[in-house]
Amino acid sequence: MGAFLAVLFDWGTVGDFLFHPIILRGLRETLYIAAASMALGVVLGVALGVMRVSQNPFVSGFAGFYVWFWRATPVVLQLLIVFFGLKELIDSDVFNDEWTRWRAAVITFGLNEAAYMAEIVRSGIRSVDTNQKDAAKSLGMTNIQAMRRVILPQAVRTMVPPTGNEFVAMLKNTSVAFAIGIVELTNAAQLQSAANHRVLELYMVAAFWYLVVVTVFSLLQAELERWLSRGEREQPETLVSRALALTGSGRGA
Amino acid sequence: MTDLMVQCIDVHKRFRALEVLRGAGLDVQRGEVVVLIGASGSGKTTLLRCINHLEVLDGGRIYVDGDLVGYRERNGQLKEDSEREIARKRAAIGMVFQRFNLFPHLSALGNVIEAPMRVRKLPRKHAEEAGRALLARVGLDDKVDEHPARLSGGQQQRVAIARALAMEPKLMLFDEPTSALDPELVGEVLDVMKSLARDGMTMIVVTHEMAFAREVADRVAFMDEGVVLEEGTPQAVFDHPQRERTKAFLSKILWGASFGPDSHTSSRTPSRRAS
Repeated sequence: MGAFLAVLFDWGTVGDFLFHPIILRGLRETLYIAAASMALGVVLGVALGVMRVSQNPFVSGFAGFYVWFWRATPVVLQLLIVFFGLKELIDSDVFNDEWTRWRAAVITFGLNEAAYMAEIVRSGIRSVDTNQKDAAKSLGMTNIQAMRRVILPQAVRTMVPPTGNEFVAMLKNTSVAFAIGIVELTNAAQLQSAANHRVLELYMVAAFWYLVVVTVFSLLQAELERWLSRGEREQPETLVSRALALTGSGRGA
Repeated sequence: MTDLMVQCIDVHKRFRALEVLRGAGLDVQRGEVVVLIGASGSGKTTLLRCINHLEVLDGGRIYVDGDLVGYRERNGQLKEDSEREIARKRAAIGMVFQRFNLFPHLSALGNVIEAPMRVRKLPRKHAEEAGRALLARVGLDDKVDEHPARLSGGQQQRVAIARALAMEPKLMLFDEPTSALDPELVGEVLDVMKSLARDGMTMIVVTHEMAFAREVADRVAFMDEGVVLEEGTPQAVFDHPQRERTKAFLSKILWGASFGPDSHTSSRTPSRRAS
């Protein structure tokens, strides 16, 4: 069995394609779309999350409707609707335009992400002690000032771990963009494998890059969480902080 | 006419079915220190929170420095102020909370300069200068850059007092400022409050520290079932209470203070709204 696999699975092909331009272009596309969509999703999500806790029933109702709509439909469907919608709105000649596809992907993933971020923001705001708002108001702050300067900075700390989850999910979900013909990482591997029939090898190449990106991202997230808890008695340890402690503790130990 | 800083007239407040204030009245002169005493649930904290409009009134009026708090009067009708106007009036009233309520994501100095910079729009340099001076005044010049989690309860409460003073309030409200503190930390907070009182700050203090009331208060007001039942100089209220309810409360509290096993813990955790 081992020999059988060894014959079928060619590590050489994996090596050849690990840094192949087609794969790297796909990786770049994946990263760009994920980062741009996440940025859009976070900004919109914070706005929607704040609206969701508003005392004005129309404002919180609108945010609730938005969340309901984007969470209740499949993202592929949303992608197709936005893409063909854009096609209708803009000149249909640009149907094959890369830029139109790209915009459709970022808009869809971003608006979709905003719905999930809104829920994360809402629960983050809820996690902050209501006494904090009293304190801010007693100092003469308006609701918006209290939200911006007192509530949100504290809510961010509970928001970071689930937001990291969202980003990782987003990164992987960008592969759905093949539905409108975007050649991102998964799609690049698939197209290449169709050309040279090295299916498993090419998919392993794609998997490798997803693992690399998510690993780097997780390390950065750990650093961010450590930095956000700088005022605490206990800060969480990260790989970097442990490494620093090891090299720096030569004097102490 | 005397110089009134606070005037509470027939204040009513209910939380759903629970009627906490049933026509409370209280006048405070400029520069006066008034201590509010009374059992848990008598409405002390709620009255205090009404004075800077953290609670919406169900009836009555409150004036601070001649201004109606939280409302505008038009043809005899009261209408709630705009949010901005309420915030503007609150900015002139300092409040210190039982649980400190410091902003945990900011340093001690950050806590003190936040409102001066955002609300009074002071430049950072001026706000920091004033903030450092205030922290020095409450004896914390060496803790300027510490975050609240690294400060003791007494230190946190002193930062909270400095934070309120940074807005240069004309009135300070203290809501059981020492009730959440370990007994050995109570003194440092009371000392800061005493020095404030000596400097002529108008103060309303809800507390169970009867020795503080006797020493610092110009007047003591006893609250019971949502009204101010009896008020007068500390000597008058403590030594010659007129009402039976006042006598009963004082005998319980004073006995607790001198002989009780845990006079401080007795009032440690009253429910926030109803106390």
